Amino acid sequence: MSRIKKKFEELSQNNRKALIPFITSGDPNLGTTLKLMSALVDSGSDIIELGIPFSDPIADGPTIQRASERALAGKTSLSDVLDLVKMFRETDQETPVVLMGYANPIEALGVDVFVARAAEVGVDGVLVVDYPPEESGALNVALQENKIDSIFLLAPTTLEARITDVAALATGYVYYVSLKGVTGAGHLDLEDVSKRVEQIKRHVKVPVGVGFGIRDEATAKAVAKLSDAVVIGSRLVEEIEQSDAKNIVTNVEGFIRSIRKAID
Amino acid sequence: MQMQEDLQNYNFPDQKGHFGPYGGVFVPETLIHALEDLRDNYEKLKNTPSFMEEFHNDLKNFVGRPSPVYYAKRLSEMLGGAQIWFKREDLNHTGAHKVNNTVGQALLARHMGKKRIIAETGAGQHGVASATVAARYGMECVVYMGSEDIKRQASNVYRMKLLGADVVPVESGSKTLKDALNEAMRDWVTNVENTFYIIGTVAGPHPYPMIVRDFNSVVGEELKIQMPQMIGRQPDAVIACVGGGSNALGVFYPYIKDEGVRLIGVEAGGSGIDTGKHAAPLASGTPGVLHGNRTYLMQDPDGQIIETHSISAGLDYPGVGPEHSWLKDIGRAEYVSADDDEALEAFHKCTKVEGIMPALETAHAVAHAMKIAPKMSSDQVLLVNVSGRGDKDMATVATASNMGL
Ligand SMILES: Cc1ncc(COP(=O)(O)O)c(C=O)c1O
Repeated sequence: MSRIKKKFEELSQNNRKALIPFITSGDPNLGTTLKLMSALVDSGSDIIELGIPFSDPIADGPTIQRASERALAGKTSLSDVLDLVKMFRETDQETPVVLMGYANPIEALGVDVFVARAAEVGVDGVLVVDYPPEESGALNVALQENKIDSIFLLAPTTLEARITDVAALATGYVYYVSLKGVTGAGHLDLEDVSKRVEQIKRHVKVPVGVGFGIRDEATAKAVAKLSDAVVIGSRLVEEIEQSDAKNIVTNVEGFIRSIRKAID
Repeated sequence: MQMQEDLQNYNFPDQKGHFGPYGGVFVPETLIHALEDLRDNYEKLKNTPSFMEEFHNDLKNFVGRPSPVYYAKRLSEMLGGAQIWFKREDLNHTGAHKVNNTVGQALLARHMGKKRIIAETGAGQHGVASATVAARYGMECVVYMGSEDIKRQASNVYRMKLLGADVVPVESGSKTLKDALNEAMRDWVTNVENTFYIIGTVAGPHPYPMIVRDFNSVVGEELKIQMPQMIGRQPDAVIACVGGGSNALGVFYPYIKDEGVRLIGVEAGGSGIDTGKHAAPLASGTPGVLHGNRTYLMQDPDGQIIETHSISAGLDYPGVGPEHSWLKDIGRAEYVSADDDEALEAFHKCTKVEGIMPALETAHAVAHAMKIAPKMSSDQVLLVNVSGRGDKDMATVATASNMGL
């Protein structure tokens, strides 16, 4: 059984929702990211989404763009991200790790090379923002052969017929983008999210996570009620951006604890 | 290669927007529905006679088409070789080929009931053309422009503002065209319901490369009628500059099956291809995914897009339309480059000898014609697509030539 599936089964037995933080690898440097990964787990996270930095992140708002820029200023490559997961796995064999990024760095390394190395270092899921199902064929085949989950996005603009198509391909969980906008935007419509998650659940067998626009305890709590998992990215990245080097880990832990408490 | 027979059946993109391995729809899920909607509407409208009539009427009466074909006699004689002919897109309303496409897309937007249009711009020509059609059809217009380009193309920024557009400076990344495109995509993701994104070149996700090509093909279609009238036959070669590649495809596409016509695209060689400071992905890039399509890109070994350099803002782009990547791979078109110095020299020559001041983008195509014409015979004909006029480039040329304005 995949680590992601196991994690969701445990959570549902305990009537809990998954907390999935997103951070960009190499922001502000790889050493800190490694420490943050453990800190995220210690403070109550269930699955970690690790961003692969890219020079042209079209789906990201200013906060995550800046995180990517900081990571790239330190020359963080996809190989570095894979090495990071390998190091994390030396101390943590349980927490699922999902890599999230854009197609080009993956194609530059080579889809098959990437997936083989991802499997080797213990990556559990991959989400490529600009690989909709139409374009993700080669990656999906490779991921499936290597027992890594294919995480897909669904959007407020996704038609019902298309949800069925995505359902046929999605493993691990699906990620519902809760608003029309880039990451970090702030106009969450809870009533709409609720309706859409219900609709998605009619077609998709895997758990449904909701992300984009979750900024505080109140929104996290509300979204946890409607879904299986709460994804929190920009607000967490802001915490990293605004902390002094020596306080980053403590601040991130404090923030994640507060969200954990809110959704439990 | 079995290219010969295959060319006669050339029919790209396929249903999914691919040109061989290139093109496609590499976008976040939020945009998929809008792209499908655009594709369906375009398929319907392009087969609707009243829509195409509206398009051609505006090209005629608003843009001033057809644009003339002109024999650059003094330039040809000075070089002593092939005859150089110009397709005069510089005479279009707003001063470049860009307006052909913006008229088409604005009409699409209107038929789809979208009242807000957004655009990205590099040189400002596409921004001006978008602002112009927005004024013409009474639509709200927001133009994203890199802050570097805003500095280089101040007069076009002012034109856009006069036309009522909101020009938004983009401060991220290299602050040029690619970043303006990123920002326009982000706007579109956010406002997809009421907004039509007018992409300015044959790039972006399917169906854009096809739509922009089709609207710009009016240029090549006119040429195919004009050239036999002027010289009794088609030219030996068609030469165009390539940024994203819309003016080039506009003249190449109608000639793809005419195998006797060489198709030559000229990329921006910047400070020289060997310096790495250029914008010539077809000459020295590798395939990858950017801005919704797979194509040749300027990228580092980790797949990060690298900064480009060109004296002309409109060519300063790390990617290229996917159909050009395909035409390169199948060998139907040739891609070369001209560097900043060659473009400047061509700009001055063309201005002084012909009384036609080309845009710096266009000057790259003129430079290549000047390079090869002397090696050809006087009965051969090179057709240069003069994609735009150089008024916008006064400040850049003055600085580069150490002449105050
Ligand atoms: C006059 C002119 N020519 C050429 C270009 C390059 O674009 P494309 O390669 O799409 O024709 C531009 C772009 O701004 C332009 O203004």
